[in-house]
Amino acid sequence: MLNRGRNIEKGRVITRRMFILAAAKILLFAGISSRLYNLQISDREKYEILSDKNRIREWKTPPQRGIIVDNFNKVLASNDRVFQLHLILDEINDFDVTIFKIKNIIGLDKSQVQKLYKKKERLKPWDTLVVSDNLTWEQFSKINLYLHELEGAKPVLSTSRFYPYANDLVHIVGYVGDVSPKDLEKPEIKENFVPGLKVGKYGIENSQEKMLIGNYGIKRYEVNASGKRISQIDYIKERQGNKVNLTIDIEIQKYAQELLKGKAGSICAMDIFTGEVVAMASSPTYDPNKFTHGINQKDWQEIRNNPLKPLINKSIAGLYSPGSTFKPLVALAALEYGILNPNKTIRCKGHKHPYELYGVKYHCWKKEGHGYMKLRNAIKQSCDIYFYEMARLLGVDKLSIIAKRYGLGTNVLGDLYNDEKNGLVPDTKWKRRALEQSWYLGETVINGIGQGYIQTTPLQLCLMTAQIANGGYKIKPHIIKDEAINYKDVINKIKLDQSNFPLHERNYLDDINIENYQRMYHKKSNINFVLDAMFGSTNEQYGTSYKSRYDDPKYQFAGKTGTSQVRRITDLDRELDLDTEQIEYKKRDHALYVAFAPYKDPRYAISVIIEHGGSGSKAAAPLASKLIKRIIDRHKLREQFNNGNTSLA
Amino acid sequence: MLRERIQASNYSFLDKLRSIDYLLILLILAIGLISVFAIYSTEGGKFSFYTKNHIIRLSLFFSLFLVLSFVRVSTWYKNAYLFYIVGLVLLITVLFFGISASGATRWINLYFLNLQPSELMKIAVIICFARYYHRIQASDIQSIKFLIQPIILLIIPCYLVIQQPDLGTSILIAGSGIAIIWLAGLNIKYFIYSGLLLLVSLPFAISILKPYQKSRILTFFNPDRDPLGAGYQIIQSKIAIGSGGFFGKGYLKGTQSYLEFLPEKHTDFIFTLFSEEFGFLGSIILLFLYILLIYRIINVGLVSRSFFAKLYCFGFATAIFLYVFVNIAMVLGMLPIVGAPLPIMSYGGSSLLSIMLGLSIVMSCKIYNQEQISVY
Repeated sequence: MLNRGRNIEKGRVITRRMFILAAAKILLFAGISSRLYNLQISDREKYEILSDKNRIREWKTPPQRGIIVDNFNKVLASNDRVFQLHLILDEINDFDVTIFKIKNIIGLDKSQVQKLYKKKERLKPWDTLVVSDNLTWEQFSKINLYLHELEGAKPVLSTSRFYPYANDLVHIVGYVGDVSPKDLEKPEIKENFVPGLKVGKYGIENSQEKMLIGNYGIKRYEVNASGKRISQIDYIKERQGNKVNLTIDIEIQKYAQELLKGKAGSICAMDIFTGEVVAMASSPTYDPNKFTHGINQKDWQEIRNNPLKPLINKSIAGLYSPGSTFKPLVALAALEYGILNPNKTIRCKGHKHPYELYGVKYHCWKKEGHGYMKLRNAIKQSCDIYFYEMARLLGVDKLSIIAKRYGLGTNVLGDLYNDEKNGLVPDTKWKRRALEQSWYLGETVINGIGQGYIQTTPLQLCLMTAQIANGGYKIKPHIIKDEAINYKDVINKIKLDQSNFPLHERNYLDDINIENYQRMYHKKSNINFVLDAMFGSTNEQYGTSYKSRYDDPKYQFAGKTGTSQVRRITDLDRELDLDTEQIEYKKRDHALYVAFAPYKDPRYAISVIIEHGGSGSKAAAPLASKLIKRIIDRHKLREQFNNGNTSLA
Repeated sequence: MLRERIQASNYSFLDKLRSIDYLLILLILAIGLISVFAIYSTEGGKFSFYTKNHIIRLSLFFSLFLVLSFVRVSTWYKNAYLFYIVGLVLLITVLFFGISASGATRWINLYFLNLQPSELMKIAVIICFARYYHRIQASDIQSIKFLIQPIILLIIPCYLVIQQPDLGTSILIAGSGIAIIWLAGLNIKYFIYSGLLLLVSLPFAISILKPYQKSRILTFFNPDRDPLGAGYQIIQSKIAIGSGGFFGKGYLKGTQSYLEFLPEKHTDFIFTLFSEEFGFLGSIILLFLYILLIYRIINVGLVSRSFFAKLYCFGFATAIFLYVFVNIAMVLGMLPIVGAPLPIMSYGGSSLLSIMLGLSIVMSCKIYNQEQISVY
């Protein structure tokens, strides 16, 4: 009985203990349930993101660059179809074997294969290796034929930059190339970087990167733990970059480039009211298409070693003494400041009796002398003696105010070109600051004929001419179409404004800041005097560019020649009096010419510089004359097009 | 009538069939079916090696379970110590002739199956202890003399299993044994004292652990310590479960496992895969199935007459609970990764065999629940 009682007690204990255990189990299962709730319901989003990060990997696809067009919407930089060969690295079992096969199929040489190995080292195992970004059609079709034997190989139809006008535009449009570490510092490139991306290296391609680059596309793939692609789950299409519309007229640009063939120099042409650059040629030139897929060593050496320096954009990065093309501005400054009466007569007596200042002799370019000269004649015949005297009376500081106002000494196109030079308009302050020397009067004298410290770019000379030709109004030269400004209104306003009276509220003789499309002159009659003198220089007998004139008023232009010395002329040189051809190329003078046309109701300004071309009247003015005719012939078309009649395109 | 029934030999076959716990069988089949689907999913929806093997084993061991269910509970009682000794011999065999995989020596090659004796030992310990406490008088339970024996019986297999090394199984064996000692009614103070002792000796215990075990425990406390190494499993498992959400990603659509981010997904991490694909809802349903299974086993114990049957059923129910809890808590990041399979769900012959064996003893307890077992 006792035993039985004990047994009952034992059974009770077991059951009681079982219930205690069961309670503990329920508690622990509740713990698991709440943990599940936490993970799967409260923190679900967090883990979903982590899961997607795990399983989704993105591949970026390069965007198409925006196109660049000229004033008439003609395509200057396009995207051409190219054949490429890509290798998907994670689909390749034996890289060596695959490369060996490819090498034999498309015919790679040893250094190219080495380059591929080097390239591969920098890539992640799931990246794409671009074996070639520009295959020929034969190579491409061969690859497609053997494709089943090439694991991971992917023939790709892609696009790459193409410049249909190649050499004619490289200095304006620039070219593209592979992204360098320095390019990656630019935010727009950093944000849009994709392997295989080409970015602008120079010119518009470079400075308008933000517009042109576009946005990359994203292909999202599901990948497994080792990174292998399983399936494509998303594709955000890439966005092509924006179009950039230039003010250039490719026909005129081409012609300008043709005129410069075989020479080193520049031709710039711009609309004197709108500031639109119509042509900006620089010679010699080179083919930007060669840079797109990496230029080969031979071509690169050829470009680099050319003594005429094709890589320098002479229109904006070439610095030249303006020579006599500076004279109209010197005359204008003297008149504005009332330094001298235009009827003042000075006698030019030739080399035997040069202009003398403190014992230093200053010669006129004309050996036999010009005789008695008044200001108009001095401009027309480009008499140096008259300008020596006038500059002496004017002083360099006043001259520099006017020279700077009309566009010399400062960068013209802003930050469009990273190599654009400022040039130099010297004054006494500048010399003291830069050279720590005081100014000599003799330097003022030679400054009067555009020699000495003064340095200008061809585009600055073109701007200077334009701003005199438009009646003395400030314009903003540009090469990218500016849709924000209604130029029709601007032109009308300037043409109606031409008042002759000095304004009371502003002293135009001070170094003042002038807004775009506002007058820059003190007295209108001074501008008119200079324009008239330039007319004489081209269209009257004894004018320096008389031979290049047109009698037809439609084409009639006015201009000023210039011959800029590249070295000091010695007495021996004067005695020898050699022809241009007889002088060593490097020592020949630069030939310059600035002009505006048509003379009545002018619209375009032009500047021509032929390096070591000899005299402006022989080497530069005839080119300007030819180009002016072409520009004026195309003027109506341009006006119609720009005023919205696009049907002519 | 009752008297007739007491004599187990008089049970008719129809009586036996009538006393079978059909709900328990249904639960086993339900979890078995889920496990087949889950393992099919681990292979990315292909009817392949693991799925085939799992189905074969499941049907084989389920049949074995049905047959062994009709073995009289007294037979189990009689052979309880033998069971334990066989288990111990097998464990010692592993020590000398075992085959190794990934740094651990746990298996014996039986040609058709790589047997893991430590899995069998889980059941052997329970049945052995159930017999031991069946015969001990309530008054003797508290005495040190009767306490020393089970402790030694427990320490030997635990030590052998730790040597393999297999911390997880060893803890589960110890847990089941301790559960029976608890059920038998050992004074609560012993548990409190030994618990405190364990706590005090923990630093020392950790110092004798294998480096990978230490690393797992450290990683448990901070999974981000080594996200691509030891912490990888926990992090990936949590991501998989968490991203499942309420309804899950859908069957065969679990990206974490399908894309091979999950380690050991067909064995220890099968719950992770299931939870990723079936979400919170599916996980709770599976958990509920296990709770029902445990409840049914406890129920068999409650209706059994003998202490042996009671102790065995309660002990086995606790063991099942421990396996489920340790496995799920582990994949949820609540416990260190110690290597414990989920009963029935996880792929693995030995684990399935021992569970089925254990369940067949439960069923035999049910069928012969009125059988008195004399103490001898």
